[in-house]
Amino acid sequence: MKILIKNVRIFDPASGIDEEGDVFIKNGIVSKKKEETRNIIEGKGLYLFPAFIDIHTHIREPGGEDIENFESASKAAVAGGYSTIFMMPNTEPPIDNDGMVRFVVKRARDVGLVKIYPVGAATIGRRGERLTDMRAMIECGCIGFSDDGSPVKNPRILRRILEYLKGTGIKFIEHPEDTELSSDGSMNEGSLSNKLGVPGIPWVSEASVVIRDILIAEYLSSPIHFAHISTEASLDLIQFGRKRGVKITFEVTPHHLLLDEDNVKITDSNFKMNPPLRSKRDRKALIKALKKGFVNAIATDHAPHPLYKKELEFSLAPFGVIGLETAFSTLYTEFVRKGVIGLNELIEYMSVKPAGIFDLKTGMVRDGAPADFVLIDLKKKWKITEDKFHSLSRNSPFLGWDVYGRVVYTIVDGKVVYKEGD
Amino acid sequence: MERFKQKHLLGIEELSRDEIDSILDTAIIMKSVLERRIKKVPTLRGITVANLFFEPSTRTLNSFLIAERRLSADTINVSKSFSSVLKGETLLDTARNLEAMRVDMVVIRHSVPCSPHYLAERISASVINAGDGAHEHPTQALLDMLTLRERFGNIEGLKVSIIGDILHSRVARSLTIGLLKKGADVILCGPPTFLPEWFEDYGVKITYNLKDAIVDRDVIYVLRIQRERQDAAFLPSLREYIRYYSVNRDVLNRYARKDVIIMHPGPVNRGVELAPDVADGPWSLILHQVTNGIAVRMAILYLLSGIGSSGGVE
Repeated sequence: MKILIKNVRIFDPASGIDEEGDVFIKNGIVSKKKEETRNIIEGKGLYLFPAFIDIHTHIREPGGEDIENFESASKAAVAGGYSTIFMMPNTEPPIDNDGMVRFVVKRARDVGLVKIYPVGAATIGRRGERLTDMRAMIECGCIGFSDDGSPVKNPRILRRILEYLKGTGIKFIEHPEDTELSSDGSMNEGSLSNKLGVPGIPWVSEASVVIRDILIAEYLSSPIHFAHISTEASLDLIQFGRKRGVKITFEVTPHHLLLDEDNVKITDSNFKMNPPLRSKRDRKALIKALKKGFVNAIATDHAPHPLYKKELEFSLAPFGVIGLETAFSTLYTEFVRKGVIGLNELIEYMSVKPAGIFDLKTGMVRDGAPADFVLIDLKKKWKITEDKFHSLSRNSPFLGWDVYGRVVYTIVDGKVVYKEGD
Repeated sequence: MERFKQKHLLGIEELSRDEIDSILDTAIIMKSVLERRIKKVPTLRGITVANLFFEPSTRTLNSFLIAERRLSADTINVSKSFSSVLKGETLLDTARNLEAMRVDMVVIRHSVPCSPHYLAERISASVINAGDGAHEHPTQALLDMLTLRERFGNIEGLKVSIIGDILHSRVARSLTIGLLKKGADVILCGPPTFLPEWFEDYGVKITYNLKDAIVDRDVIYVLRIQRERQDAAFLPSLREYIRYYSVNRDVLNRYARKDVIIMHPGPVNRGVELAPDVADGPWSLILHQVTNGIAVRMAILYLLSGIGSSGGVE
């Protein structure tokens, strides 16, 4: 299998390349020696980037096949320019044993569009009581462990998880939230939630678990990864932890970077997610951290829900928004085009850096590197509308946005897995 | 009178000062209907009003029912226990079904904040908020403002204190917004667990000290304390609450002006937030509030029905 991509703007921050040229791919890897092929992609006017890596995706299979299954999630991922996604374990039943890990690996391979790595539950049933068979799960292909959707409430259990993972090279991913403090909240707690009479989720419900986990990780000399950091306080605490030598990595989501509580439309649950859209001050702090290179990854927390569940009163609707198909374009439009961060930084946050956290290889324009690429028309303007989604769900807070940057091709292991318009 | 242009009554927040006045002016006309021997007018004949009460309520539901019947509207009632809600039907399904039955107006009481706003965006009938969670209770605030206007002639400059569980109170929110729009001076008072500092953002003074909310005030508005708040650790005990926040004769004698007025949205927990002799004493306007509730709700129904000048009440 050979592909020649011609006259494309090669943009590869990892190798420091930004030039127009050709890329030749043979048997899934980049090859310096060009060979004859009829398989030519005209890349004129397109950028070639290492394909994106989403370390936080919710696929609803098993249990919610009509909401997002392996086929639909894979299609959404490649349409968004992703070659690799991590699947969170909160399915029904959850991914909490090696049999379930095998199931995910097999389903992903059967669909064969995007690389899907299962994140296993750290505790059985995600109940925070007994550890899962983590060694067996790693052997079957688990990339990390998390009870995401829920925190590990009991600090003693968290300690055991971190301890048990020592030496495996596999990270624990915390969903940092004190659910007692969040209580029945459904938006950021503050003046606005108070005015609406809507129970709030205070920033301290996130930050208090962040500091607890940092201290436990320090005590055990274990690394820790935080999912969807949303508050200024958490950032300060992570900085504090790093100063003390704790190996902390964390991700932020596009929606927490691009929206804040003032954007919440209380009659539209597409603005309801957990953590909630925070204050302006928190959002500013996240952007500042992004600019400083303090952030380790941008991850979508793609959380599909069907219309019949989202089309409920705000407090009754489930938490979560989809993100795979809008992450690049929204961030490119709002941040890169407006000069908040550079294009190379955005690509690093969406590809190179998340790969680094979990020791994965990304696409690189280097002889012998895996051919995981996305080709994007940065000048192409499009409107985010429901009919554009490949996901089975439509719950996006970005509906109606006019954005720039359309994925034209996605190539995974040297195979074209997405072509715009197909 | 300027034509009322709103289609829904979702909250006091959405009303201008003039719109509040026009509702109160209309309510005064409606009140004269209530004082006739035959207390019914044909104004809303042929209009169907659905009362969707998903939270227990006797007072507000009955007040709406009487208002609707005085105006000759046809009414149906849907409550949680008798509707398909228990069979898993959503609020939107319920409302769309009513709409398919050609209901013109929907009065909704719901525990979820902003559910009337949610409905108003999705159905074509007029929506009247009869209380949405801790968010708003606009008809209550309007009837309270009518009561104040009758008593004092003018709301502007009035010194009003609202005392109790402010946090969970839709009455407190609606009334605060309404009073501020009409130029009153508002103090909110309660224990800190019931009074987060965000309330200062309304432009009111907050205090944890009952005395500060009693001294030199024209009106003391007392809120109902729900006994179950103790379980969620908002209150140590009712005994402790009563000791520091109950409005009783002793507190009034010591700190209040002689001509102070006591109001309460009902139903009163006698001996908890309000001493029995205060609730039933000469200061109290509580029963006036109840009567005005009907007049205000008639005015709202009339104004939102769009009947306007063509079919007046005279």
